Amino acid sequence: MSLPPLIASLTRHKLTALLLALQVGLTCAIVCNVAFMIVDRVQQLRQPSGVAESELVMIESTDLDQDAKPLVRHQADLAALRTIVGVQSAVAVDALPFNHHDWSNGIAVVPDGPARNTATVFNGTTGELTTLGLHLLEGRDFLPDEYVPMGSAHDWNGIDQVPVTIVTRALAEKLFPGQDPLGKDIYPGDKPVRIVGVVEHLLRPQGHEGADNDYATVLPLLPDANDVTYVLRTAPQDRDRVLKQATVLLDHLHANRILRHAQSFEQLRADYFHRNHTMIGLLVAAAAGLLVVTALGIAGLASFWVQQRRRSIGIRRAVGATRRNILHYFQLENFLIVATGIALGSVLAYGLNMLLMWHYEQTRLPLPYLAIGAMALWLLGQLAVLGPALRAASVPPVVATRAA
Amino acid sequence: MLGYYCLLALYSFKCSKTITALMVLAIGLGIGASMTMITVLHVMSGDPLPGRSAHLYVPVIDPHPVSPAKPKDNVVDGAVTWIDAMYLLHTARADRQAAMAAGSLPVHPAQGSVRPFFESGHYVTADFFPMFGTPFHAGGGWSARDDENHARVVVLNADLNRKLFGNASGIGHTVRLKNTDFRVVGVLDDWHPQPTFYAQIDNAAFGSTDEFFIPLETAQELNFGIAGRMWCWGNSGDARLSDHCAWLQFWVQLNSASQASAYRGFLADYWRDQQRHGRFPRPENARLFGLMDWLGNQHVVPADLRLQLWLALGFLGVCMLNIVGLLLAKFLRRSGEISVRRALGARRRDVFAQLGVEAGMIGLVGGALGLCLAELGLWSVRQRPDGYAHLAQMDAAMLLGTFLLALIAGLCAGMVPAWRACRIPPALQLKTQ
Repeated sequence: MSLPPLIASLTRHKLTALLLALQVGLTCAIVCNVAFMIVDRVQQLRQPSGVAESELVMIESTDLDQDAKPLVRHQADLAALRTIVGVQSAVAVDALPFNHHDWSNGIAVVPDGPARNTATVFNGTTGELTTLGLHLLEGRDFLPDEYVPMGSAHDWNGIDQVPVTIVTRALAEKLFPGQDPLGKDIYPGDKPVRIVGVVEHLLRPQGHEGADNDYATVLPLLPDANDVTYVLRTAPQDRDRVLKQATVLLDHLHANRILRHAQSFEQLRADYFHRNHTMIGLLVAAAAGLLVVTALGIAGLASFWVQQRRRSIGIRRAVGATRRNILHYFQLENFLIVATGIALGSVLAYGLNMLLMWHYEQTRLPLPYLAIGAMALWLLGQLAVLGPALRAASVPPVVATRAA
Repeated sequence: MLGYYCLLALYSFKCSKTITALMVLAIGLGIGASMTMITVLHVMSGDPLPGRSAHLYVPVIDPHPVSPAKPKDNVVDGAVTWIDAMYLLHTARADRQAAMAAGSLPVHPAQGSVRPFFESGHYVTADFFPMFGTPFHAGGGWSARDDENHARVVVLNADLNRKLFGNASGIGHTVRLKNTDFRVVGVLDDWHPQPTFYAQIDNAAFGSTDEFFIPLETAQELNFGIAGRMWCWGNSGDARLSDHCAWLQFWVQLNSASQASAYRGFLADYWRDQQRHGRFPRPENARLFGLMDWLGNQHVVPADLRLQLWLALGFLGVCMLNIVGLLLAKFLRRSGEISVRRALGARRRDVFAQLGVEAGMIGLVGGALGLCLAELGLWSVRQRPDGYAHLAQMDAAMLLGTFLLALIAGLCAGMVPAWRACRIPPALQLKTQ
C-alpha cells in the first residue's frame, strides 16, 4: 500500500490525529520514567544486607536496674539464650542493617587526616560474624583477647582502645583502591585500628546513597549500655517458637527490664521498606492506568473514524480493495500516529527525566527503557485498533451504492 | 436555553453510550487520582500551630567545620551545640526562646501490676509551653528557675496521664522516669501538633507524639539518652556538653519583623565573635527561618508524596487529552446536525455554548465519579502504615475543589472541540448531504 493517500487522508483530521499522537507521547514519556523508577525501587528492595536474613531473630532488652552491670547481664542472658533448643548461636549487638541505630564515624587513613567518608560502626560480642552469617572474603575473625568494652557511658571511648577491625569490601576499595587492605591502619577515632578481615556486604542501619550504603566497619567492642539487641540464629521454621521462648526466658531471668521489638530479621526488613512497597504499587498502578486510558482512547477514535468512513470504505471495496487492504489501511494509519507520538514521547521522556534528575536524584534514563516503552505502545496501539479495523474490513461494497 | 442544551446533551449521550461512559470514566480516574494526592499534600502542608506560627523562628548558626561535600537539597541542619544553645537561651534576646531535644524513657507506673514501658517525650526549657501556646488541662509549665535548679518536674500529655492516673489529673503525684522520680506540675490537653514541627524533621514527623516534657538541664544532669541525630566533629571531652556536637533544637518567638531582623543581626554578631575565638570556620551566614519556611526547607512532606502528586497530575493530563480527542471526533461527526442548526439561524456562539454544555456535563458527572474514587483513594492512603495516614481526610474546601477541578477539566477539554466544531462551514456540509 502506498503512503501518500493515507497521509493525505490523515491531514483531513490534523487536529484529532495530533491530539492522539500527543496523548501517546505523554503516555510514553511518563510510562518510561515510571518503569525506570519501578526497577530502581525494586533494586533497592533487593539490596543484599550481608546477613543470613532468613535465619535471624532479635529482641531488644533494656535493663532498668539502678546499678546494672551490662557486661555481666549480657553474658548471663546470652548463656541462657543459647540453651534454647534450635538456637545455633546468639550474640549481643548494638546495630543491625535496617534497625536505624546508626553510629557513624568519619574514617581517615592517616593520623589526624581528613575523613575520606563516613562508615557505620557495628559492635557485638564474640561470634558476631558467624551468628549474623557475614561472608568473610579474606583475613580472619577477631581473637578473644581483642575485645574491649564500648565505653557507652564515657562517650564511646572504646573506639580509641580497640586494636583491630573488619571492614566491608566496598569500604576497603574506597579507602585503599587497588591495594590489599589487610594490615592497613584506619582512623575511625584518634587511634589507629588495623584491618584484619574483609566481608562481602554489611548494609548500614539506615539509607545512605549508592555505594555509601555498604560502608561499614565491624569492631570487637562489647556493647555495655543497658539497652542491647540480642540476635539469635536458628532454622527458619523454628523462628517463631525460638522468639517466644527467648522472651519468656529473658523475662524469667531478670524481670526488671523492658523487652521490645521481638521480631525476625525479615520483619525488620519489611518494615524498613514498607514505603517502598507502597510506592512500587502506586507506580505500577499509574503505568497500567495510563496504558489502559490511552488504549481506550485509540480504540474509541478508531471506531469513530470507521463509522465516519463507512461510505468511502464501501467505495474502495467496490473498486477492488480486499478486506485485507482495508484492515492494513487502519493498522498502518495507527502505526503512523503512534510513531509520531513516540518520536514526541522520546523528547518528552528525556525532558521529564531531566526534571526528575534535578528534583529527585534520579539517574539518567537508559535507552532500553525508551525502546521497550516504544515497542509496548506500538503493540498496544495495534491491539486497540484491531477491533475497529476488523469492523472496517467487514464493511460490504454495497454500502457504496447507498446514500450516506 | 441552558435547559434545552442540557436536553440536547443528554440525547447525544444516549446516541453514543460507550464513548460517553469512556469519557466519564477517564475524567473520573484522572480527577480521583489527582484529588487524592492534592488532599494528602494539602493536609500535610497545613499550619501545625495556627495563629502562632507567624512569630516562631528557627535560628540557624552553622558551627560545622568546612567540608567539601555539598549539602543535599539545601536542607539546612538546624541542630545547635549545648554551648551555643545555652548562650542563646541566657542572653534572651528574643521575646521567648527554648532549647530542646527528643528522648525516649522507661516509665514506671505506680500500680505494680503494670509493667514499665517506653514513652517518647522531649527535654525542653521553660519557655517551651508559653511560646508554643500548649493547652493545659491542669497545672502549667515550669519556671526558668526550675531549669536552673534542675528541678525534678514533668508535664504529661493527656494519654500518658490517663495511662498512669486514669481520669484524674496527676498534678502533685510523682512519676518515675528511668531511675528518677518526677513531680507532675502540668497535664496537657491532648496536644498533638501535626507535624511535630519543633523536633528534628524525619520520617516520623507525622503521627508521632510526645507524652512527657521534662527540663532539659535535669535530663542532662541525669544523663538521659537522646533520640535522634547527634553530629560530632572533633573528639575531646564530654560530647553532649561540648562545643563540637550539634544535637539540640532551638526556637525563638519574635513578635515583629523589626525584632526578627534585629535577632538576625545578633546571630551574625555572635557568629563573627565566635570566629575570633577560633570557632565557626564557615563564612558568616546567620539565618532565621519562619516556622512554615522551616517545614518547607526540611521537606516535611516526603519526596515520594510530591512525586505521587505529579504522577496523578500527569495522569489527569493524559486523561484530558484523551477526552479532547474523543469529543473532537464526536462533535465533528455531527457536522451535519450542526450545519443544519447554523443554517436555521444559530450563531457560532450558540453552537459553542451547546457543545460547551455537553462537555461541562461530562466534566460534572466525571467529577462525581472522581469524588467517589478520591474517597476510595484516601481510604487506601489511610490504610498505609505511615504517620500521616490518619490525616488523609477530605474537608469542605477539597470537596468543592474536586467539583471545580472536574468542571474546569471538562470545560477545558470541551473548548477546543467546540471551537473547532462551530467553525464548520455549514454550506459545504449541507451540500454533501
